[in-house]
Amino acid sequence: MTILRVGVLALQGDVQEHLLAVRGCGAEASTVRTPDELERVDALILPGGESTTMSRLLQVFDLEMPLRDRLAGGMPTLSTCAGLILLSREVLDGRPDQIALGILDVSVRRNGYGRQVESFEADIAIAPLGVAPFRAVFIRAPLIEEAGPDAEVIASFGDNPVAVAQGPHIGLCFHPEMTDDLRVHQLFLERAAAALEVSAA
Amino acid sequence: MTSDKTSSNGHEPHTGGVRVKRGLAEMLKGGVIMDVVTPEQAKIAEDAGAVAVMALERVPSDIRRDGGVARMSDVGLIKEIIAAVTIPVMAKARIGHFVEAQVLQSLGVDYIDESEVLTPADEEHHIDKWQFDVPFVCGARDLGEALRRIGEGAAMIRTKGEAGTGNVVEAVRHMRAVQGGIRRIASMRPEELMAEAKHLGAPFDLVQEIHRTGKLPVVNFSAGGIATPADAALMMQLGCEGNFVGSGIFKSTDPEAYAKAIVAATTYFDKPEVIAEVSAGLGKAMPGLDVASMLAGELLATRGW
Repeated sequence: MTILRVGVLALQGDVQEHLLAVRGCGAEASTVRTPDELERVDALILPGGESTTMSRLLQVFDLEMPLRDRLAGGMPTLSTCAGLILLSREVLDGRPDQIALGILDVSVRRNGYGRQVESFEADIAIAPLGVAPFRAVFIRAPLIEEAGPDAEVIASFGDNPVAVAQGPHIGLCFHPEMTDDLRVHQLFLERAAAALEVSAA
Repeated sequence: MTSDKTSSNGHEPHTGGVRVKRGLAEMLKGGVIMDVVTPEQAKIAEDAGAVAVMALERVPSDIRRDGGVARMSDVGLIKEIIAAVTIPVMAKARIGHFVEAQVLQSLGVDYIDESEVLTPADEEHHIDKWQFDVPFVCGARDLGEALRRIGEGAAMIRTKGEAGTGNVVEAVRHMRAVQGGIRRIASMRPEELMAEAKHLGAPFDLVQEIHRTGKLPVVNFSAGGIATPADAALMMQLGCEGNFVGSGIFKSTDPEAYAKAIVAATTYFDKPEVIAEVSAGLGKAMPGLDVASMLAGELLATRGW
C-alpha cells in the first residue's frame, strides 16, 4: 500500500502550522505552489489566510485549472477559514472576481463573525470525534450561512454550522492547526486514505 | 504568558486572547501589507493581492519630507478605508500613545502598529498592549527590542528598517540581527540564558522560550525600505515571514504593477525566474535615499528602544 502524500497550498497563509500538524500525525506533507507540485500530492489542505490573495495568485500563476481538474478527479481536501471560502459554492460579501470552486455545498459570508476584535475561541463538539470538546479558534472567520443537502454538518456553534464534511472533503470555519489537538487532521487523513485506498501514514 | 487577559475554558466565546491576536498575524504570513492613504489606493492594494492595508494620511517618505509632528491618521479617513476593502485594515498609533490606540480599537481597526514612523508620544514607555483586545505589531532593530515589545504584549514584530527611504539596507541589518540573536540563544547552554537576558534587556521567560523553540513566539515581518520585488524576496530569503511595503508602491511610477509584482515575489521568493518575470517592464521604483549620509535626527528607527 502506498503512503498518502499531503500537500498544503502555500500561496499565502498559515502553511507551516498545517505542515507540522500533518507530520505530527505521521504522514508526509509538502508545500504546493506550482502545477507540478500539485501533481505530486494525493490530498490537499487549503490553509487560513486571505482568500482574495490566494484567489488572485491561483489565477495569475496558472494553478486554478489544474486545481479544478484534481478536484474533479476526487482529490480529498481539508480546508480552514480562507480555504473553506475558496471551496464553497457561494461567497457573500466577497469580491466579485474571487474564486468559489463549488466543492462544498455551502454558502459562506466572509468575515461573517466580525472584525478582528470579535475573533474568538470556544469549545465545540465535532460529531465524528465523539464527546471530548475541541478548542476552536475563529479569526475573522467566515460564517456558513447555509449548508445544502450535500454537505453534512459535523459541528455547529450557536445557530450556524462551523464544520462540514462532504465525501472526501472536510471544511472548517476555524483553525485546528492553531492548537496542539491533531484530531481533525487525523480524521482527514483517515478519510482521505480510505477514499483513495492508500495508507494514511 | 502571565500578563494575558483572563483566559476562559468552555463554550463561551473568549475574545482578545493571545491565540487570536497572534493568530491573525499567522494568517497574514507569506503576504504583503501595503501603506495606503485613500480608499482608492486601498482598493488597488486589495485588487493586487495585498493581505492587509495600513491606513495612513501620508506615506513615510512624505512624512519625512514634510517634517513636523506626525500623529494618528484622521478618523474619517480610517473609517472610509475600512469600508472600502474586505481585507484587514491596520493603522498606526504613536509610540506610547495609548489613547490613540484606544481610539483605533474603537474604530474596529484589525491591527495597530505602534510605530516609529509617527512622532513618539512617550520616549520612555511603550503602550501596555496586554490591555487591548486588538492586536499590536511593533518595530524592532534587534532581538532584545523584539522581546521587549513581545513582553509588553505585541502579537507581531516587524523590522524597523528605515521607513520612507526606499533603501533596504536597514531592514536587512535588523532582520539579520534578530535572526542571529535567535540562533545564538538556541545554541546556548541553559545556565547562559540569564546573562543573555541581561545583555539583551529582554524578559527571561522569552529568552528561555526561544532557547526551547528556536524561534520567535510571534510572526516576524520585514518593513522599512522595501521598494522592489527583489527587495521583498531578499527579505523572505533572509527569514522574514511577510513584507510591509510603505512608500515603495504608491511612490513608484506604476503602483498597480508594483503592488502585483511585490505580492508575487513574496510568494515565489525562492524562484528567481518568477521574480525576473514579474519585474519586467515595471517602470521606475520610488526614488531612494542613502541612509549612511543622513543625519542622526533624520533617522526614524532610533525612535523607541
